[in-house]
Amino acid sequence: MDDRRVLTGKHFMNGDEACAEGALAAGCSFFGGYPITPSTEIAEHLARRMPEIGSVFIQMEDELASMAAILGASAAGARAMTATSGPGLSLMMENLGLAIMLEIPCVIVDVQRGSPSTGLPTMPGQSDVMQARWGSHGDYAIVAYSPWSVQEMFDLTILAFNIADRYRTPVIMLCDEVVGHMIERLVIPPSDQIEIWNRKLPKESDNGRCDPFRALGNDLVPPMMHAGEGYRVHFTGLTHDEHGYPVMSAKTHHDLVTRLVEKIEHNAEYLIRTEGYWLDDAEIVVVAYGCTARSAQRAVREAREEGISAGMLRLISLWPFPENLFQDLGKTVKTIIAAEMNLGQISREIERTTGRPVHGVYHAGGEMIPPEPILRAIRGADR
Amino acid sequence: MSRVKIAKKHPLDSIIRADRMPHIWCPGCGIGIVMRCYAQAILDSGVPADQHVVISGIGCSGRVAGYMNIDSYHTTHGRAIPFAVGMKLAKPELMTTVFSGDGDLAAIGGNHLIHAARRNVDVNVICVNNFNYGMTGGQVGPTTPRGARGTTAPYGNPELPFNLPYLLAAAGANFVARWTTIHVRQIRDDILYAFSRPGFTFIEVLAPCPVGFGKSNNIDDGLEEMELYRQRCVLVRDGDVSQDDLNIDLREEKPIYIGRFEDRDRPPYEAIKVETA
Repeated sequence: MDDRRVLTGKHFMNGDEACAEGALAAGCSFFGGYPITPSTEIAEHLARRMPEIGSVFIQMEDELASMAAILGASAAGARAMTATSGPGLSLMMENLGLAIMLEIPCVIVDVQRGSPSTGLPTMPGQSDVMQARWGSHGDYAIVAYSPWSVQEMFDLTILAFNIADRYRTPVIMLCDEVVGHMIERLVIPPSDQIEIWNRKLPKESDNGRCDPFRALGNDLVPPMMHAGEGYRVHFTGLTHDEHGYPVMSAKTHHDLVTRLVEKIEHNAEYLIRTEGYWLDDAEIVVVAYGCTARSAQRAVREAREEGISAGMLRLISLWPFPENLFQDLGKTVKTIIAAEMNLGQISREIERTTGRPVHGVYHAGGEMIPPEPILRAIRGADR
Repeated sequence: MSRVKIAKKHPLDSIIRADRMPHIWCPGCGIGIVMRCYAQAILDSGVPADQHVVISGIGCSGRVAGYMNIDSYHTTHGRAIPFAVGMKLAKPELMTTVFSGDGDLAAIGGNHLIHAARRNVDVNVICVNNFNYGMTGGQVGPTTPRGARGTTAPYGNPELPFNLPYLLAAAGANFVARWTTIHVRQIRDDILYAFSRPGFTFIEVLAPCPVGFGKSNNIDDGLEEMELYRQRCVLVRDGDVSQDDLNIDLREEKPIYIGRFEDRDRPPYEAIKVETA
């Protein structure tokens, strides 16, 4: 059964399928989802694959139910995932808040399409970036990754599960239709080379002080206690104390919400992933992520060939935002260009953290931003 | 002078969280009666309490999860059932019960309710039906009789209510029963029976909500509503009542049909397993 779970070897497949294989390689044993373009191949692939390896695939009645189902499965100990696109992500916002409040690990894959509303179902977008960060009501912090290749659809899905379990938090995979549907080479390593981080569980040494919402360590992550393990836990979406009991007090609320936010923000250095190209002497830096980073990389390469000191910063993680990195960048480079398939979402974060205006190369979505407008922006900044 | 004696032990001490008492329910509320029947059924089930799990949505009945001393999940409004479905499929050895109210299960959660019944997932639902949204102060809901008053229907409810037993039977549940809060033995017995039945089960319990529903509808207190149940309840077998007769209107002198309305063996949902060479 195990060699069916990790399909070690070289493959040629699309990003959605690679994401599904990444989930299986990470040990995902429960998928609850609702079909939606352009993420459907994830569900279809898992519907075929999960029954082969004793894992559960269920197609739910909607995205509200999908999100609730993966939380129930994860609360019982399963590594659980759902996959959707913008309209579904909107519906999942309700129980995303529950996942934050109950600190239930899970992975939500959003293969972005042109939005808002029904938008462009079969065409790409990157406009769910702020919804991923702020979409559910209340103060919270989130973790989100943005793959730019089929290989990263696989690799980052494994990372997403590991981060979700390690920090007891939902993790969003902010993919886009281009990366979801393009077909590339995928290398799946042997199963013993796939790193798995387990959930923090109650320890003997805790001397019975273990509570499902009491963080004993500096990481602010409480141990996870699952249904059926004899702890007789209480998990509630109401403001609760460390034992899990509801407490309607301003202090309890402030302490809880602050810890939930700091759990992500104080651990940001372990969550953030970025990649730099030609950055060492760069005076003009293009910031991009997902499929747009592929165009940005080419634009920057061509700018270099023209003798322009351009570089690229690729955001592999979008949330938490790498504030320190941008504060430094803002002090050293001449121009920051942000290329994204929306009308300026991550660029707001760049402006907030650098205190400087960003030159945006934006498109509302529907087609991948080609290298040319990015290259033109670089040339313009070089004048 | 007589002295009040307080018992040191109660047979349900191990199943109810005494440290969460007093509960939030109003005098005359029926939810505690149903919770007690559920607790008794857990004790009598022969299934270890650590294997029982209760999942609730939002509302007064949703607070049951917080008072049961078993693994308990108080989820979002209407989403208790899909949460329970995920939990049951991930860990089939759990005895998974959803305990919630009519508004939570049949209005905001109505789609999940019928789809879980259609799939026939092995989840037991206990639905306390008090004909209104009690926690928020007596608004009309999907079970409020036409003409009855609520704070959001001051001139009388213009809508027709759901008839929950027929809805659930039509949707595909394996077992459907309706009782009232005077039927404590039958409630306990049918919860026990539901534990033993594979597939989706649904037990509706009519319960007084004197503050939310009673006060707007000329029912003075919980006791008066219990007396109405006692006078009007008619036991049916094999669902031999017409659909219209199953509708309830406490303000009319007509029978309230109770009992088991469905008990069958549709195959329960099981995750697909495929043997590979």
